[in-house]
Amino acid sequence: MLQVAQKTDDYLSRFAQLEARLAGDGAALLLPIRKKAIERFAQLGFPTTRDEDWRFTNVAPIARTAFGAATRDGEAVEAQQLATSALMQADWPRLVFVNGHVAPQLSSVGELSGGVRLESLAAVAHADPEALQQHLARHADYQDHPFTALNTAFMEDGAYVHIPKGVYLEQPIHLVFVSTADAGPVVSHPRNLIVAENGSQATIIESYLGLGDGVYFTNAVTEIVVGENAVIDHYKVGREAQQAYHVGTTQIHQDRSSNASSHAITIGGALVRNDINTVLDGEGAQCTLNGLYLVSGRQHVDNHLRVEHAKPHCDSREFFKGVLDGHGKAVFTGRIIVRKDAQKTDAKQTNMNLLLSDHAQVDTKPQLEIFANDVKCTHGATIGQIDENAMFYLRSRGLSEPAARGLLVYAFASEAIDRIQPQLLRSQLRQRLFDWLPEGHRLQDAQ
Amino acid sequence: MLEIRNLHASVEGHEILKGVNLTVTAGELHSIMGPNGSGKSTLAQVLAGRDTYEVTQGEVLYEGRNLLEMDPDERARAGVFMAFQYPVEIPGVNTAYFLRAALNSIRKHRGLEELDAADFLDWVKDKMKLVDMDERLLNRSINEGFSGGEKKRGEILQMAVLEPKLAIMDETDSGLDIDALKIVAKGVNTLRSADRAIIVITHYQRILDYIVPDFVHVLVDGRIVRSGGKELALELEEKGYAGMEQKNAATEPVAS
Repeated sequence: MLQVAQKTDDYLSRFAQLEARLAGDGAALLLPIRKKAIERFAQLGFPTTRDEDWRFTNVAPIARTAFGAATRDGEAVEAQQLATSALMQADWPRLVFVNGHVAPQLSSVGELSGGVRLESLAAVAHADPEALQQHLARHADYQDHPFTALNTAFMEDGAYVHIPKGVYLEQPIHLVFVSTADAGPVVSHPRNLIVAENGSQATIIESYLGLGDGVYFTNAVTEIVVGENAVIDHYKVGREAQQAYHVGTTQIHQDRSSNASSHAITIGGALVRNDINTVLDGEGAQCTLNGLYLVSGRQHVDNHLRVEHAKPHCDSREFFKGVLDGHGKAVFTGRIIVRKDAQKTDAKQTNMNLLLSDHAQVDTKPQLEIFANDVKCTHGATIGQIDENAMFYLRSRGLSEPAARGLLVYAFASEAIDRIQPQLLRSQLRQRLFDWLPEGHRLQDAQ
Repeated sequence: MLEIRNLHASVEGHEILKGVNLTVTAGELHSIMGPNGSGKSTLAQVLAGRDTYEVTQGEVLYEGRNLLEMDPDERARAGVFMAFQYPVEIPGVNTAYFLRAALNSIRKHRGLEELDAADFLDWVKDKMKLVDMDERLLNRSINEGFSGGEKKRGEILQMAVLEPKLAIMDETDSGLDIDALKIVAKGVNTLRSADRAIIVITHYQRILDYIVPDFVHVLVDGRIVRSGGKELALELEEKGYAGMEQKNAATEPVAS
């Protein structure tokens, strides 16, 4: 405990340095929020498994590691290293961040039509901080979430995306967060703000990936504001390195008749926690939260969803699938809150898990809090193993045991991948699935 | 091609097959008839390699090899095929993909070139006509949402595609209306050939109006109690299984 307290102190003293550095900069406008956040973090400390929201996820490995601030060595990363993993071939507007800082030589924003802004948050905070004031840190709650508090205190860079009223952006925007951790444990706090004004439409992809085998910690927060009748499709692809820790919050705020989807795909990382929260704060808003996690070795992946139905006639759909092998562990929490006025709410939650090993473990927990009386809420969770009847059927037609098993796992997981709209991303993830599956390459050859 | 000698098999310690003897030669069509619980499906499943059944005694030789030591997929590649009584629905696995993977695993084993997607499609479309199946079923998940008749025709389609040496039809006729039954029978008849043996396991005599067997065997309580030609099916239709049991109560079962 003492040691953990000491690590909290590390962050506090580092904050003092940051405060001194920011004094006099335009970014100082954000200082009051940072101060509130660090104070709150000092009060909360790191969560423990005694906290209900962290019951199945022990973050002690993060709390007790002395992470240094990530260096600005974006130059050290070459486009070639990212070629396939970051979909560099895609003709998409792209911002790349290395260890939390924008890397212009890897980025390619191009010409954006309709006044769309895609900029480094640090640059906007420096030159045009007023643009951030209306929404930044107004949606992602740092009062009850220590990691969000930490991010809010230390946020330096990330993406600022602004889609003006009525603008339809055809190409997805790709935000790539690369970590290099060969020089000891480092932490970065990427912070994104995505604002889709009324009637606009866009697709945003966030990719997290690690180069090298070192230990690092990504503590990310993305706030997404979806205006009236706006449509946002958001993808978060977590392919952190083997020894990486990743804690991230995706906070969505939806206005009337808006439509938001979020897809959280987690393949890498040692300890991953995704908080995905949406507030349906206008009549007739709809959200879809999809996810897929492939967990093996000693990985731990926790998806923590919170959907708040604040207004009537809103629909929410949650569909998360997981495949676990080895000693992998997964947690799924699906909290649905229906406020008193949110009549005619239609909420549906599904979490399906496939266990490939006797040592893999899943904790899945729906949590419904309903204060309205005319609502439809359903939830279902399954934890199963490979269907032996299906195995026998496939093998009786000549497929080898590993090929049959691979095919069944592929079929299970691809249901989640099929829901991914951008074709390039979908085929990339299908490729990752083949890479992940035992004998996947043989399956792929036969496709 | 197939020689079953004194085969005993149990499930969860309960003996179901109590000494089955049967010899099947290439080119022949055998029908095994029997009442519920006689062990018909157990026999089919044991031959296909289902591991929920434990073989406690006896042996099965397939082309001179010990069949019982082979994995289910090894048997399939060696030319053994079982049409399932209850074909399994496999959501998410595309039928065309599955059939091609199965065919190629068998072709590879036979030293033939594997078929690419286009060649396979030509190959399978031809076979689909045989069982009067809609090509669109190829793009659906295996058996998912198929009607009972479609599933059974699908089994015949798979048999036609995989071209086994030994095909075992496990109650493929059960639950079919007369039109579907005729299609299944037509498929089986078309697939009869001098180098292929077929075992039609059935509960009902009806299918034998359309598929004429060379031999009929009656399985009762885990043993073949009578064997004969196609006329035995008619006798069975007349007297029922009870009549068979009584008649054989005092005599030793006859193996073919």
